[in-house]
Amino acid sequence: MKSVGLTIDGEEFEFAEGTSVAAAVLNSGRHEFRRSVTGSARSAFCGMGVCYECRVTIDGVGMEKSCQIYVAQGMRIQTDGNY
Amino acid sequence: METIDTKVLVVGGGGAGMSAAAAASRDCRVTIVDDNPHYGGQIWRQGVSEKAPPEALELINKLENRSVGFAPGTTIVDSPEPKALIGSRAGKPTLFRFEKLVIATGARERFIPFPGWTKQGVYGAGGLQALVKAGLDVAGKRIIVAGTGPLLVAVAEYLQRKGAKVSFVAELAGKARLLRFGIGLVQYPSKFLKACSFALAPSSISIRTSSLVEEARGGRRVESIRLNRHGKIEEHECDILAIGYHLVPNLELPTLLGCDIGSEGAMVDSYQRTSVADVFAAGETTSIGGIELSCVEGQIAGYAATGNKESVKRLVSKRNKLRGFSRILKKTFEIDDRLKSSVKAETMVCRCEDVSYETLLEFDNWRDAKLQTRCGMGPCQGRICGPATEYLFDWSPDGVRPPLFPVRVKELGDL
Repeated sequence: MKSVGLTIDGEEFEFAEGTSVAAAVLNSGRHEFRRSVTGSARSAFCGMGVCYECRVTIDGVGMEKSCQIYVAQGMRIQTDGNY
Repeated sequence: METIDTKVLVVGGGGAGMSAAAAASRDCRVTIVDDNPHYGGQIWRQGVSEKAPPEALELINKLENRSVGFAPGTTIVDSPEPKALIGSRAGKPTLFRFEKLVIATGARERFIPFPGWTKQGVYGAGGLQALVKAGLDVAGKRIIVAGTGPLLVAVAEYLQRKGAKVSFVAELAGKARLLRFGIGLVQYPSKFLKACSFALAPSSISIRTSSLVEEARGGRRVESIRLNRHGKIEEHECDILAIGYHLVPNLELPTLLGCDIGSEGAMVDSYQRTSVADVFAAGETTSIGGIELSCVEGQIAGYAATGNKESVKRLVSKRNKLRGFSRILKKTFEIDDRLKSSVKAETMVCRCEDVSYETLLEFDNWRDAKLQTRCGMGPCQGRICGPATEYLFDWSPDGVRPPLFPVRVKELGDL
């Protein structure tokens, strides 16, 4: 299976093509996708693009639902967890 | 803005939507719009570690052979005028113009808040399965699958095949009810129905009935759960809790368009017509009834939308029979008041805006609560907390407003 190289919070990773960004973030060992409005750490939850808990910044675009987007070569993924 | 003109527009590329498109495309140009990157919807979701089953692949081939248009990764956000919808993909809007519309937006999991449900490692049950299909590695993870619904055991078996150590399934429904469910299914002898039957399908998974998860414990991550089993309290360690309380129909689009909504979902007649002219609805957006019913309803909607009355007539009795299954499902997996007792004052009900149970207790309806606390006004637009407050407080939703999903300010300028 073809793999693609990308970065999560600046760290380099490789994942199989067809992996969702949410699965990639979790497989990288991260569980904190975003901080809630009162600052609690949140992770992916509904897995189907409804709850927005897994939102991250992809290539500079914020609020992307990571469970509905596939990894791509050179993608830059930024979670709130690294702030 | 890019414009796509089509005779029949189908929103939703799951079983119902694909069946509708296949039926309609015999006669005319059809386009499917779906929020997901692939065809398949939830039940036939494809991903890096999952191929769609043969019956889904057959439909997909048919759609491809008939040149059905497909707009993946596209979320419908608004209807600017009759017979037009705006879809958004990666920050770019597209205008879809149609003569007939088939709404096949399916269902989502119902989530009922409980202490600890916002911890990392707590997922929806179908949600976790979707993540694993998309490549999440669960090998060696200790997982408890919980909630209620015919698909919990199927989820547990799937996770086990992917190398997870599934401790057990905690099912809210009691043994007697599940047994009746199994017996009721004998009259529906199909592969899918058997696969979701507790009584008929022997399983390597241990099922704890009359069991409810009262709390997910741990630090930031879930480490254990508190299980109420027939009133007896147990504590079980786990790495992941996958929990969902059956399904609720996705009604945002039919509501936006002004379709009448009943207690089961969007209301339709025997041609799958909604109360709005030229708008049809099929599948779980009309009632929770499983993949077979969804496909038959989709076919009917597709034929009806293209004036093929003869084909509709051939399918009506099949649909009516399968609707019996829908009624059995509802009876078996209805949730009772037990879940209300585990919610605590500080339990978050609205995850987007961090509104706690205690805060919401001051209000007597959804609208006031929304205006005063922003409950339901975050990015998910009440999709998670709406069904939760309906259960906890008996509040009914007060309609929807575009955009149905968040769009960027720049994009709003383009609309």
